[in-house]
Amino acid sequence: MIPAPFEYHAPKSLEEALRLLDRHGDEAKLLAGGHSLLPMMKLRLAAPRFVIDLGRLKGLDYIREEQGMIAIGAMTTHAEIENSSLLRAKCPLLSETAAAIGDVQVRNRGTLGGSLAHADPAADYPASILALEAQMTMNSSMGVRAVDAAEFFLDMLTTQLRPGEILTEIRVPALGKGTGAAYCKLSQPASGYAVVGVAARVTLAAGKLAQIAVGVTGVGPKAYRAVNVEDALRGKKASEKLLAEAARHAARGVEALADLHASAGYRSEMAAVFTRRALERAVARAAGTKA
Amino acid sequence: MATATKYIGKPLKRKEDPRLIHGLAHYVDDLVLAGMLHAGFVRSPHAHALIKFVDTSKAQSAPGVVAVLTAEDVRGQIGAVPCAAVLPDMKAAPRPVLATGRVRFVGEAVAVVIASDRYALRDALDLVDVDYESLTPVVDPEKAISKGAPVLHEPSPDNVAYRWELEGGDIKKAFKQADKVIRQRILNQRLVPVAMEPRGVLAEYKPGEKTLTVWSSTQIPHLLKTQLAAMLGAPEHSVRVITPEVGGGFGSKLNVYPEEAVIAHLAMRLGRPVKWVETRRENFLCTIHGRDQIGDVEAAVTKDGVLLGVKWRIVADLGAYYQLLTPLIPTLTGLMLAGCYKVPAIRIEIIGALTNKMSTDAYRGAGRPEATYYIERLMDLIAAELKKDPAEIRRKNFPQPKDFPYATPTGVTYDSANYQKSLDLALQKSGYAKLRKEQAKLRKQGRYLGIGLSTYVEICAMGPSSAMPAGGWESATVRVEPTGKVTILTGASPHGQGQETSFAQMGAEILGLTPDDVHVVHGDTAAVPYGIGTFGSRGTAVGGTAAYKSLIKLRDKLAQIAGHLMGEDPQKLVFGDGRIWSKSAGNKSIGLIEAIGAAYVAKTLPPGMEPGLDATTFFEPSNFTFPFGAHVCVVEIDAETGDVRLLKYVAVDDCGNVLNPLLVEGQVHGGIVQAVGQAMFEEAVYDEHGQLITGELMDYALPRAGALPWMETHRTVTPSPVNPLGVKGVGEAGTIGATPAIINAVVDALAPFGVRHVDMPAKRERIWKLMHEAPPRRAPRAPAKAAARRQAGRRAK
Amino acid sequence: MSVEIQVRVNGQPHQSHVEPRTLLVHYLREVLGLTGTHVGCETSLCGACTVLLDGRAVKSCTVLAVQADGASVTTIEGVSGLNGSNGGLHPVQEGFWEKHGLQCGFCTPGMICASVELLGKNPNPSEAEIRHALHGNLCRCTGYQKIIESVRYAAAKMKTRKR
Repeated sequence: MIPAPFEYHAPKSLEEALRLLDRHGDEAKLLAGGHSLLPMMKLRLAAPRFVIDLGRLKGLDYIREEQGMIAIGAMTTHAEIENSSLLRAKCPLLSETAAAIGDVQVRNRGTLGGSLAHADPAADYPASILALEAQMTMNSSMGVRAVDAAEFFLDMLTTQLRPGEILTEIRVPALGKGTGAAYCKLSQPASGYAVVGVAARVTLAAGKLAQIAVGVTGVGPKAYRAVNVEDALRGKKASEKLLAEAARHAARGVEALADLHASAGYRSEMAAVFTRRALERAVARAAGTKA
Repeated sequence: MATATKYIGKPLKRKEDPRLIHGLAHYVDDLVLAGMLHAGFVRSPHAHALIKFVDTSKAQSAPGVVAVLTAEDVRGQIGAVPCAAVLPDMKAAPRPVLATGRVRFVGEAVAVVIASDRYALRDALDLVDVDYESLTPVVDPEKAISKGAPVLHEPSPDNVAYRWELEGGDIKKAFKQADKVIRQRILNQRLVPVAMEPRGVLAEYKPGEKTLTVWSSTQIPHLLKTQLAAMLGAPEHSVRVITPEVGGGFGSKLNVYPEEAVIAHLAMRLGRPVKWVETRRENFLCTIHGRDQIGDVEAAVTKDGVLLGVKWRIVADLGAYYQLLTPLIPTLTGLMLAGCYKVPAIRIEIIGALTNKMSTDAYRGAGRPEATYYIERLMDLIAAELKKDPAEIRRKNFPQPKDFPYATPTGVTYDSANYQKSLDLALQKSGYAKLRKEQAKLRKQGRYLGIGLSTYVEICAMGPSSAMPAGGWESATVRVEPTGKVTILTGASPHGQGQETSFAQMGAEILGLTPDDVHVVHGDTAAVPYGIGTFGSRGTAVGGTAAYKSLIKLRDKLAQIAGHLMGEDPQKLVFGDGRIWSKSAGNKSIGLIEAIGAAYVAKTLPPGMEPGLDATTFFEPSNFTFPFGAHVCVVEIDAETGDVRLLKYVAVDDCGNVLNPLLVEGQVHGGIVQAVGQAMFEEAVYDEHGQLITGELMDYALPRAGALPWMETHRTVTPSPVNPLGVKGVGEAGTIGATPAIINAVVDALAPFGVRHVDMPAKRERIWKLMHEAPPRRAPRAPAKAAARRQAGRRAK
Repeated sequence: MSVEIQVRVNGQPHQSHVEPRTLLVHYLREVLGLTGTHVGCETSLCGACTVLLDGRAVKSCTVLAVQADGASVTTIEGVSGLNGSNGGLHPVQEGFWEKHGLQCGFCTPGMICASVELLGKNPNPSEAEIRHALHGNLCRCTGYQKIIESVRYAAAKMKTRKR
């Protein structure tokens, strides 16, 4: 219930935060919303010597449109993403995903950046971030770099973030006409995390699936793009049968996790079911037949 | 009881609530005493190990630490954890308050650390080094009692705590006459009670007055006081136990725990108040668990579905030690194994097994949900086997109202009931016939609706002392104060049930006052006469009856005084609106306060009458009560995921007369949802090393608001003849009635897949496997899409 | 090492020195003596510790006191002082009392705070919306149904008061 002692820093600027991170290296942990870090510290699964609270930074909490993309500050909370009128209009997939996280209280505190940097294999965002082909901006005292979402997640609880780097911004595309997306999730009944979470984004052109991206979370040690599903669909005319057949590839080649709540086999099966459901919903939305 | 009432039977809102909704109530953790220290326990990470060495030196010298104690330091000073239930031939399994030489479950306390504040305490707990030599644990109860298993306690070399056997009727004949014999293994998984308030203890010793005060989150303040006195060797009149607000118990606080004795000991030893509050993790590991039985049934039936005889063999996992009632709980299952049916012959064998796990004990229903689940599953198995409607099978086997009091072959006598009536009402209210049609229609579309029934009887109002381990009576003192206010001191110890309100309703009704004039005091052994406590749905039926009898005694005394003052026959006086009225002489009356004044001023009392207005009753019930009811549950199963969704729930409960229907509804709702927990979500899972892998709310799923349909509750009223109020008790009915209704609905939904039984909890994967792996007995006429999905499922394996 | 924080709690400003690891719930309970906020777990899953932080429901066991520096906190003890309260009770408190929305009372402060936030955002929630909004709050006594009735009662009450 009680974290081990630590030294607390609340930098006012990104520069200051980066300096602190450089100084304290491995012994420091960044505190964003605190909904991944604090529970681990309370159970003493984490005991950093230094905690750098990003909550006092100005300017990492925004959702704005820039050149056809929507830029989201890493400190934006799940609730802000869930309720953003800009996201709901231009990239509703992210709002839909945020709404599926935990509960109201968690969404009021937890942040997009915090969740992504923590890279829990059962977190919800990674599926959508992958399906949206988001860009992740990371700052360090050396400068700024951006990577594609597909490169960001390396392994369980491991990302591209190097020592001294802070995830500062996530850019997602504004979804145009003819594009539809959906996030469908099977929740772990106790924790609310995703046993399986699938985000699908499709663009219809002349009745065919012109573009398609499917992100899957919860199934393997890290979230992934279901490329086999995408390949089976690309350029084809969407039909119920085709979507169902393609969805069967959702966990192909992935070593599925097994735990108390789902065996590897069941997880893989559910990956197929929820991929089909997400695809059906995304296609319907793209076609404008359903909300 | 009077037929026209002003307060009894009315849905009054609770007197308890204002302090609770303002956050001004005090639970143990909210209490702060000057100089108070905080204690925490170092607990075993091993299920079974020898303790080689405990090094407390680092912790001793940590900042803020006052003391660190091990078993060695308290040897001979604190007695073992008490067990009140003694069965014939039961082997000993005493639990020292701190593990002595050996640990037998994960979470067993090895040392206690006392520090000046919570934070320093938490840091110091990590600094106690314990050197263990691990032993092979026994986790599975059936393996534990088979040859060659590691032994937990030397007196039970076979890990068998006891064998309890019961036989009634001619079981051999029953099976000889049977047209069919139905067999099934039915599990009652281990559950964790998870009261929202974790346990907590605060103790203070005043050396001048030589008084030890213990505030504990308990359901049994008086029994705890007696046991603490015994464990600590303290004179009982120097020990006072107070239960402040208690945040739910469900049986988990019907116990005497090592921490209660250790904290009390520390307060005396250190001369400062000491507090300990459980973490949720500790609550999972070291507060009692419930259920955990393996039941094997064999039933002999006629081809029409009439029960001839039933054989039960039950292995009950007791855990590593006996807590207060551990060995007794499975025998309550035994007593109720005839259910609400005529069972001409029965044979029961119950084996209590010792394993390297936390003790099981009373959890909401305590043995009866297990029994009801077994027998209600059996009724559905019979119906399925004979291809008959489950309602019809039940009807065929009910005893009729004229058969009551009804003696069962298990040796108990049901007080009163009309099982047929409650089933008919439940079927009617749920639209059962229509539901069956709907189900048939949906099946053709590949949708799986399930309709489950349960008709139950339970054993309540615990109970006649002859059948209870530590007395089954209850006490109440009623005092009418000189200013006309009334205090009811009850030995019951409510912790959410609302008896501060319902007893006040009773007091107001009987004395012609308002409920605001009546204050109910409970949970302080220095204020309240010796009592038993709140559990086993006894608060109102036994505690309430004691209060009722004391109220009647005072009403009679006041009537005598008033009759004397008015020159009227006391028999002809009635109480109302704060006055005592004469029925015979027009509107003649005197103020209640005048009669009360006379009792205290004591100048105008009838000759020979004692002054004062104080009455105490120790009510001994002549029997248990047997509430009953019928529940209907409707579920739909998502064939693709195995997800079970509750669509409809209709409960008909009969708990006899009712003091406050609002409170009864609340008890029924809460009980049903705890049954939803067992049926659908909850399971304490120990792995093969004896580690509790559902040891946090992250993994142990409780029902949340979204998992439930709108519950419809109805009542029939069959007053109990056992007490003058005619009440039966309702605290556990929901849990007992609902668990089988839900699983029967799940099994019913899966009938097209040839499924005849499903183990709890009905987790998605378990259901999904049944739908996708078992070849359909007769292929359900699912449309192509559903069939394709199922095939897809098989291919991907 | 302690850190100075300034927090407005139930309208009262407080200035305190706290260890950085102090959880907000412990600050409220042990430093300020506001014990109406309860601790029911250590994994942010039970919701008993829910308070309003700058008007938003949060689990105060998963917020450091230092994170609340400069913020305004409402605990159960302060709910009756919020807008819309009448005669010493907030409509949500009134609802819980009228509709028997509590039994043991331990989850109640968190339930009430979460319900206050819900009705601030959605004055006329459906049954499903109430269930969804209270997903983060466990109750072991009531089966939730009377809690839902309590919130509906409060919603109706707040509507008539606004008129």
